[in-house]
Amino acid sequence: MGTSDGRPAARPVRERMQENAVFGRKMARRMPMPGLGPALAALLLICVAAASGGPAAAQEPQRRGLFDAETFTLNNGLRGVVIVNRRAPVALHMLWYRAGAIDEPAGKSGIAHFLEHLLFKGTKTLKSGEFSRIVAANGGRENAFTSWDYTGYYQFVAKDRLARMMEIEADRMANLVLSEEDVRQERQVILEERRSRIEGRPSSILWEQARRALYLNHRYGRPIIGWMHEMEQLSRRDALDFYKKHYGPNNAVLVVAGDVDPAEVRRLAEKYYGPVARAKPPPRRKLLEPPQRAERRVIYRDARVRRPSFGRMYFAPGYNSRGAEHADALQVLARLLGASSTSLLYRSLVVRRKLATAAGADYSATRRGPSDFYVYASPRPGAGIEALEKAVDAELDKVLKHGVSAEDVEAAKQQLQDMAIFARDSLRSGAHAVAAALIAGRTVRDVEQWPARIGAVTVDRVNAAARYVLQRRKSVTALLLPDRSGETRKAEVQKQ
Amino acid sequence: MTVLLRIAGPAAALAAGALALFAVSAASAAVEVRKVVSPSGIVAWLVEDRSNPIVSVSFGFRAGGSYDPPGKEGLAELASILLDEGAGPMDALAFQKRLEKLSIRLNFEVGRDRFRGTLRTLSRNRDAAFETIGLALSRPRFDADAVERMRAGLLSAYLRNSRRPRYLARRTFWSSAYPGHPYGRPVAGTDKSLGAISRADLQRFVADNFTRDNLFVGVVGDVTPARLAVLLDKAFGGLPAQQKARPVPAAAPKLPGGVSVRQFDTPQSVVMFGQPGLPRRHPDYYAAYVLNHILGGGGFTSRLYLEIREKRGLAYSVYSYLWPMRRTALMLGGVATQNARVAESVAIVRAEWARMAETGPSAEELAAAKKFLTGSYPLRFSSSPQIADMLVGLQFEGLEPDYFAERNGLIERVTLADVRRVAGSLLKPDRLTFFIVGKPAGL
Repeated sequence: MGTSDGRPAARPVRERMQENAVFGRKMARRMPMPGLGPALAALLLICVAAASGGPAAAQEPQRRGLFDAETFTLNNGLRGVVIVNRRAPVALHMLWYRAGAIDEPAGKSGIAHFLEHLLFKGTKTLKSGEFSRIVAANGGRENAFTSWDYTGYYQFVAKDRLARMMEIEADRMANLVLSEEDVRQERQVILEERRSRIEGRPSSILWEQARRALYLNHRYGRPIIGWMHEMEQLSRRDALDFYKKHYGPNNAVLVVAGDVDPAEVRRLAEKYYGPVARAKPPPRRKLLEPPQRAERRVIYRDARVRRPSFGRMYFAPGYNSRGAEHADALQVLARLLGASSTSLLYRSLVVRRKLATAAGADYSATRRGPSDFYVYASPRPGAGIEALEKAVDAELDKVLKHGVSAEDVEAAKQQLQDMAIFARDSLRSGAHAVAAALIAGRTVRDVEQWPARIGAVTVDRVNAAARYVLQRRKSVTALLLPDRSGETRKAEVQKQ
Repeated sequence: MTVLLRIAGPAAALAAGALALFAVSAASAAVEVRKVVSPSGIVAWLVEDRSNPIVSVSFGFRAGGSYDPPGKEGLAELASILLDEGAGPMDALAFQKRLEKLSIRLNFEVGRDRFRGTLRTLSRNRDAAFETIGLALSRPRFDADAVERMRAGLLSAYLRNSRRPRYLARRTFWSSAYPGHPYGRPVAGTDKSLGAISRADLQRFVADNFTRDNLFVGVVGDVTPARLAVLLDKAFGGLPAQQKARPVPAAAPKLPGGVSVRQFDTPQSVVMFGQPGLPRRHPDYYAAYVLNHILGGGGFTSRLYLEIREKRGLAYSVYSYLWPMRRTALMLGGVATQNARVAESVAIVRAEWARMAETGPSAEELAAAKKFLTGSYPLRFSSSPQIADMLVGLQFEGLEPDYFAERNGLIERVTLADVRRVAGSLLKPDRLTFFIVGKPAGL
């Protein structure tokens, strides 16, 4: 899922970046950051890793694990994770709620994301907008994000500002105050956001429809940002209802990463988050998918499209759904099938058969519920989309019939494990991976055993996982095509 | 795992991690930058850091899209995605397999003035990693099938972009602001220009620009100065001495004010606006930098953000920034608003520009901006690649490593009188030119 729409990213297309070298900053990303893409999603998961005996441990025997995350739980149910990294006097403070788009009531799509925006308004003691002014005055960078499974808030600050960040984050956990005017104004903002992310991008429109078609029963099919017609009706009451139901210490995960002392973080957490009263635990309904029996096709034509594209999403297990035993092998499969220019799909479709300019696969297992496995390809100018789809299927059929090679499996496993070492270079990778895992009902230990589990994946398990997931009856094929009806009409007029 | 972010921060917004820094607090260690010279005379700036078994390298040349010959736009871009598609004895697949087997990440990116490369490797593959840089820069193959494959990719990207409002707005901006100048031409090329690029063009681009007198290198991570000296020659020792390509002439942007509309059938109009900016080494640059932060800079506190998003809900994102380039300088911004109300957004941007030009910021705004800009500086040293990039950035600008320690002082010394004076001289509401793509009502 490349952006919020779930579109995969194409490999050879490299985005322009404007640079402001003096301040060491890439300026071109000053537009809203796109939703974290599939590659990143995979990376976040991958990033965590920590088994002793892995390559990292071999080189640095003093480490117990990759991030050495320490955990605690407060009396009010707040779970805390501390990842110490002393390379700079900074701290990343994140608070995640186990509340996202899948928790929204019927008819209120987008309310989780809307509430995320509204949390930057006032509280009983802070005026609207004051939160961000405090963060800025402390030299902090901040943002927030919403997914199907969770909503997260963070501030990135010099370490001596951590207490102040906790104080204001704990405050808005319990004391949110919204005016009708705040809500009216911010609703306009999310509508513009939807226009930017979805309405203005044909591929986003396609993937929004395709996801809806993939999930027969589960709410992973609904757009995180919401359907336009429901977003327009979201009210102050809706936001406060969702807030009261889902925001509370017993439904949240606190993560602090950086140059901090775990005992001190715990003390600060007790002080600021400790007094916040438990919320009534939100209901834990588990939606199950019925058997997926029919292959689906979603075709979207748009006059703005000049380059068609092909994608297919297979219904797949996550760590928490039926078939979870395949989750680790599926990560290896996605890697060898389509994570790079040496992958099976790229080699076959782009290099050998010259049918595509990009081709790949993607998968993430860290979900509260089931997940999806993607393959995608963009035709080379002049090549037909039908031929491309046939070629993708031929390649997948080959995998199903003959299996994957031991060489490819070993290479993919090595790459995944090496990525874990790179992940240590950033505070964010560890923080994000641990938080997402806890939200999904996993443990820190699960996360730390990830490299060892990847290491234990065999050729047989990859083949079994491929056979389990790559079934057309459990899939949606999504085609993005140019709409030439307008041009055809014009041409006809000119002929007359 | 897909997520929506509340707003756009700079790319590094979420990044964390970090190294020790200058200018944070007395307790913190400083980033120690060392200049390393190889036996053959290649210079690199090094920040040695043993906390992880990783080495990050950033390097760059003064070369880029503005150096493309007329009619061959996209040449630098095409070269940048071909360097790792076969070099020396290895064809594309062999080269890529080697990178993957050794978990070496090698990437190139192109701007108008700069050609940048980045490398990330585990310590255990350090020597091999520097050798791959050497192969990519000195012995790229440009095999016919790789060239055609990558050309097709860029062509496909061009065709896709040619129906994207954001791309169209940018294209209109550059071609209008720099007519007849290399800055006005499309860095990523067009269907026509991409088709005109030959293998000989690619080879000439590399030979003319990837030279030792034109090279800047920054290294961060698990490597000693002595070892790095040897490795530098493996990576860059094979480059010729002198750059043959010449920089483009200096140019003032042609931005006469007004609004230009390109009709495009989409629900939200994309707006790009700009006026002349200030060169990076201008004595007023820091005052202008602080000024821009208050007017339309990052975070959730700028005037444009408050007026357009917080008060009126007219946009998800609105921003401005200074862009000092090698031979010109710009101040740019952007906003996107539904067609029916985009005229309102344009009017507010103009009004805020004029209000700031007339009265400048308040003392409180200046104090808040300085607090943010100085307080957040340490956050930029958040990962090895980020620091390596900054090391190269300083060299491009002719600055010295002590800049890291001095930078916050430069911000602190900006006075209210400075910002007000610069607001009056820099901001030109009547020259602020708007480029809109969409179906804007009333414009």
